[in-house]
Amino acid sequence: METAYNDKIVRQFTIMTVFWGVVGMAVGVFIAAQLLIPALNFDISWLTYSRLRPLHTNGVIFAFGGTALIGTSYYVVQRTCGVPLFAPRLASFTFWGWMLALVLAVITLPLGITQSKEYAELEWPIDLLIAAVWIAYGIVFFGTIVKRKEKHIYVANWFYGAFIITIAVLHIFNNLVVPVSLWKSYPIYAGAVDAMVQWWYGHNAVGFFLTTSFLGMMYYFVPKQAQRPIYSYRLSIVHFWALISVYMWAGPHHLHYTALPDWAQSLGMVFSLILLAPSWGGMINGMMTMSGAWHKLRTDPILKFLIVALSFYGMATFEGPMMSIKTVNALSHYTDWTIGHVHAGALGWVGFITIGSLYYLIPRLYGRTEMYSTRAVELHFWISTIGVVLYIAAMWIAGVMQGLMWREVNPDGTLTYAFIESIKATYPYYAVRLLGGLLYLSGMVIMAWNTWKTARMAPAQATRQEDLALAQTA
Amino acid sequence: MDINTFRGVLTAILLVAFIGLWIWAWSSKRRKDFDEAARLPFRDEETGSRDSR
Repeated sequence: METAYNDKIVRQFTIMTVFWGVVGMAVGVFIAAQLLIPALNFDISWLTYSRLRPLHTNGVIFAFGGTALIGTSYYVVQRTCGVPLFAPRLASFTFWGWMLALVLAVITLPLGITQSKEYAELEWPIDLLIAAVWIAYGIVFFGTIVKRKEKHIYVANWFYGAFIITIAVLHIFNNLVVPVSLWKSYPIYAGAVDAMVQWWYGHNAVGFFLTTSFLGMMYYFVPKQAQRPIYSYRLSIVHFWALISVYMWAGPHHLHYTALPDWAQSLGMVFSLILLAPSWGGMINGMMTMSGAWHKLRTDPILKFLIVALSFYGMATFEGPMMSIKTVNALSHYTDWTIGHVHAGALGWVGFITIGSLYYLIPRLYGRTEMYSTRAVELHFWISTIGVVLYIAAMWIAGVMQGLMWREVNPDGTLTYAFIESIKATYPYYAVRLLGGLLYLSGMVIMAWNTWKTARMAPAQATRQEDLALAQTA
Repeated sequence: MDINTFRGVLTAILLVAFIGLWIWAWSSKRRKDFDEAARLPFRDEETGSRDSR
């Protein structure tokens, strides 16, 4: 029985994931260099740190991460449901609409057009476009599930589905604004309520855009690459429901020691601590899938990416609850420790699980089973692992140092250090961070080259039996 | 009903629902279904259908 899956759309999203990965990370490296050498903004307003930083975050979260998620979810939902995509034209609209939103972000953010809400900087016309694309995405995804031939809905689809629903809710409610002109609006919320809505959105952008969804990716591509089913299906169900019920309440930990009511801060802290359990449920489930097949890690660089991603997920989801404890947060908040924590999650977990999944996906989208160069995949793995370690170690040390310097008080009650002294002391760590980022970006460039070569390689030239059979049916 | 009574009852319901979820997921009756579902990523290899080009 042959099923003709809609893989054109998956190819489009996959190729653009690699493209946006290089772009988003390059902007990150550039602004990391600006922190070390401030003159790199060349006194041009479009190139100032304050405008490029949101371009970097939007570029890696929504352009790289989002494109990867929509693409892989289309691949996974078709194969685990045994049917081609529902409403292929609408699916095509999600691709072009999403790309248009991203291009508009690249134009408006350097121009200084922003709502000034972290991870929700894009102004209202772009938000409307994103909402339309997202609803279309939901129709395509859930439509495919409704017409499935299989009895069960595979767990990866549960995670992708939760991601689609919650992001629609978060995006719409955090962007409720009163427009005053085409490129300027004001939120309908005010004061501490606005802050709470923003971090309810902001933390769940981390929770659902960067965690739940990528767990969906994990639940398909780890079993596929390891060639064994997930360790415990029932654990996946329990940790799914626990994760999505608890995540929604953790947002207030971004607002410790602010005007937010104290009880709300404590509530956010307690829920963040509870989050450790369902997070590690997912990590353990992924890791244990390897049991009995650990030897494969020695030779398979794709599995290395996937398993190291899970290790970073475990680390970041331990560090996060710890940092949400108010006394720890008193030291860590507003320092580079936060930046280190975010990048352990973003580079280590999100980046690695995406890269690993894409290395599985790309050759198959072009009728092959392996990338053009497996050695380049291996090189990519080591270069980016060293990059991540340099990056997060530098930011941890810098962050703790800043926190300690800021709280140091003289016997007469005055501050021991001026703020500028803490910046001066951070310079060496900014240099190490830049090096780490450069290594990670280099890995991504290697991936882009490898993807190009794989796509250009004609399957007919291949000698493998499977490829020959495929060439005949094509 | 007092709002705090409501909150207490709601917490109790959620706790029972969570424990119920564990019992449901770990019951031996589900085992066959879950094993089937866990094999879903490999269905395309088993049925011989292939990635289209």
